[in-house]
Amino acid sequence: MIKINNISKSFGDKTVLTGITGEFEKGKTNLIIGSSGTGKSVLLKCIVGLIQPDTGHVFFDLRNFTEADKEMKSEIRREIGMLFQGGALFDSKNVEENVMFPLNILTRMSEADKMDRVNFCLKRVGLEGVNKKMPSEISGGMKKRVGIARAIVNNPNYLFCDEPNSGLDPQTSVVIDDLIMEITHEFDITTIVVTHDMNSVLGIGEKIMFLYKGSKLWEGSNNDITHSGVKELDDFVFTNKVMRSLKGT
Amino acid sequence: MGNIAFELYCMKGFGRYVIFLSSLVVRRETFKTYYNLTLEECVQIGLKSILLFMLVSTFMGAVTTLQTGANLVSPFVPRFIISNVVREMTILELAPTIMAVIYAGKVGSSMAGGLGTMRITEQIDALEVMGINSASYLVLPKIVASILMYPLLVIVAAVCALFGGYLVGVLTGLLTPTEYVYGIRYGFNPYFITFALIKTFVFAFLISTISSFKGYYTHGGALEVGIASTQAVTTSIIAILLADYFLAYLLI
Repeated sequence: MIKINNISKSFGDKTVLTGITGEFEKGKTNLIIGSSGTGKSVLLKCIVGLIQPDTGHVFFDLRNFTEADKEMKSEIRREIGMLFQGGALFDSKNVEENVMFPLNILTRMSEADKMDRVNFCLKRVGLEGVNKKMPSEISGGMKKRVGIARAIVNNPNYLFCDEPNSGLDPQTSVVIDDLIMEITHEFDITTIVVTHDMNSVLGIGEKIMFLYKGSKLWEGSNNDITHSGVKELDDFVFTNKVMRSLKGT
Repeated sequence: MGNIAFELYCMKGFGRYVIFLSSLVVRRETFKTYYNLTLEECVQIGLKSILLFMLVSTFMGAVTTLQTGANLVSPFVPRFIISNVVREMTILELAPTIMAVIYAGKVGSSMAGGLGTMRITEQIDALEVMGINSASYLVLPKIVASILMYPLLVIVAAVCALFGGYLVGVLTGLLTPTEYVYGIRYGFNPYFITFALIKTFVFAFLISTISSFKGYYTHGGALEVGIASTQAVTTSIIAILLADYFLAYLLI
């Protein structure tokens, strides 16, 4: 479980996050949603430590990450897997080397064991036989899946996904969403997904945090989101005709 | 007021550069990791630059010989002085300093562009999330490889420049092979080789660290990566020229 307590962040005069508190549960896909520019990605980066929050604390299973020393931070980070918006695959390495990278750096596994683990992860994300392809030779959806394979290769306790559906067609988006949800349940990990894709929200949002102008405005599940009674959330959810027809307005 | 703002900007930039350098030596990975990465960088930096260095330096030696010859047409000046001048110019300035400018243009811009692209495509963030000191992991091998390879490149360049001078001097009839070789050996001061090598180590360090610094802190998109590459080259060249002056002042 990940807890965040009173997270605030400003860049110069611009306040991006204001006193955000919440919990992200283990074994569930936790979503952070909101319109563009509401601070979702900044919050995610504060949680994983890529950005230092101005105030507040992040707890990974009761371990205070924000105030941890470098050793402790490194230890916690080795339990983290992250899927970046563009995949963030290393251009100079092929698919296999990309997925194996965390094992090379963080473990002392034998070459054979590493290879087995890489093949297992690639198979798990539905990518067999592409081991030797370079990132430039595969599609956007495949890059995301390689990113997921790399994120889970080291058996993480925490999985973070920054806009996993951006730039993907609706069909591939659903595949990626399902994969994230399956992996979360299968490995019983704490997953946080940042998204503004309503299909994802309704499909995999077991626990949802809605951000509006840098503040947390609502928390709930995908079952509650269509009748939250929060105007800003309704404006976000019922933007297109399909959603409005679901609500009957 | 404008001067103060500029000084503050320069001091802030220098401070960030020093902090960046200090971050390279903390939270390091295993020796084996650095060893492999350094070897890869040596191939990228050294072997893939050697042809350019040989080509440029050969022509540089050839042109220097022609121009020196054209300016020393006098019965009172023995002709071996031409190759003597070429040697001094090559060892003291042309090989270490002019090649450093070319090195900054080829290797420095590549370092800045590569790191900048890694930054904007979140590859550096990916390393950080894994608990890896990205600066140390990515930059330290580049600096070590640069310090190892640049002196070797300069030695090759110096030999090629002297060979280029020999070819042109002999083929154009400016001086005989014996005169050229005599001039090369005449009044040779071995300290100048030491001095040139000291310069190569300093220049290699400056180019690799400045270029990496510019690339590592790139923010934005493709345009900013281009700007970072350009800044890496211009800042490196200014640093080379300043360092060249101070080293000459201190060591000669």
